[in-house]
Amino acid sequence: MANDVKPRVKVPKSAKAGEAVVLKTLISHPMESGQRKDKDGNLIPRSIINRFTCDFNGKNVIDVTLEPAISTNPYIEFEAMVPEAGEFKFTWYDDDGSVYEDSKPIAIA
Amino acid sequence: MILSRREALVLALGSVAAAAIPMSALASVDEAVAAFTGGAEIGTGAGVTLTAPEIAENGNTVPVTVDAPGASSILLLAAGNPTPAVATFNFGELAGAHMASTRIRLSKTQDVIAIAKLADGTFVRASSEVKVTIGGCGG
Repeated sequence: MANDVKPRVKVPKSAKAGEAVVLKTLISHPMESGQRKDKDGNLIPRSIINRFTCDFNGKNVIDVTLEPAISTNPYIEFEAMVPEAGEFKFTWYDDDGSVYEDSKPIAIA
Repeated sequence: MILSRREALVLALGSVAAAAIPMSALASVDEAVAAFTGGAEIGTGAGVTLTAPEIAENGNTVPVTVDAPGASSILLLAAGNPTPAVATFNFGELAGAHMASTRIRLSKTQDVIAIAKLADGTFVRASSEVKVTIGGCGG
């Protein structure tokens, strides 16, 4: 179990209907690649976030498969269409089965 | 230069090993590509843009951006990493511009490859060489 996993997302407070907005997401996670060795030469087992999804009002925006080559504290920036006011839901899936969630509302200006 | 039998054997083995390493990495790149495209032909040229730095001082965190208007998914590969797969971005119905940025690990100087599946089902490929000063896979 990775400790201190904290998701952070940046979503604009409001947007025009039908406009694309930029979303920035970051989650603190070691993303242990399974390639590194500890001091005694033993492999450190892989422990990464393997999937990230973002939905808006139940409709999918992006679904990312992550591999060990993604850096520590995976950062993903992408764009989403905002047809109406609602809520973005962000989900991260850990190798150990944990699921981390965050959500952010957005209003129509 | 005259080689003893032993030296000749060592040299031959060494060159075989040296040839085998990049070939196995390339083979797994091909496998990853084939798994993504299903064996379809990959075009080059417009359709997908890969933005990566020319020189990355720290291979642990290299910012890359992929952009493919209208693409349904983009596969990102690092040809020289121990495992070439980096990420797959699948765009849903509410995706804005079909772009994504992230930060990746690169073990050494190598080509970063992006393959996009366009709306009409065809594939396009872009690649960019990134020079890495300090590798990012630990030792």
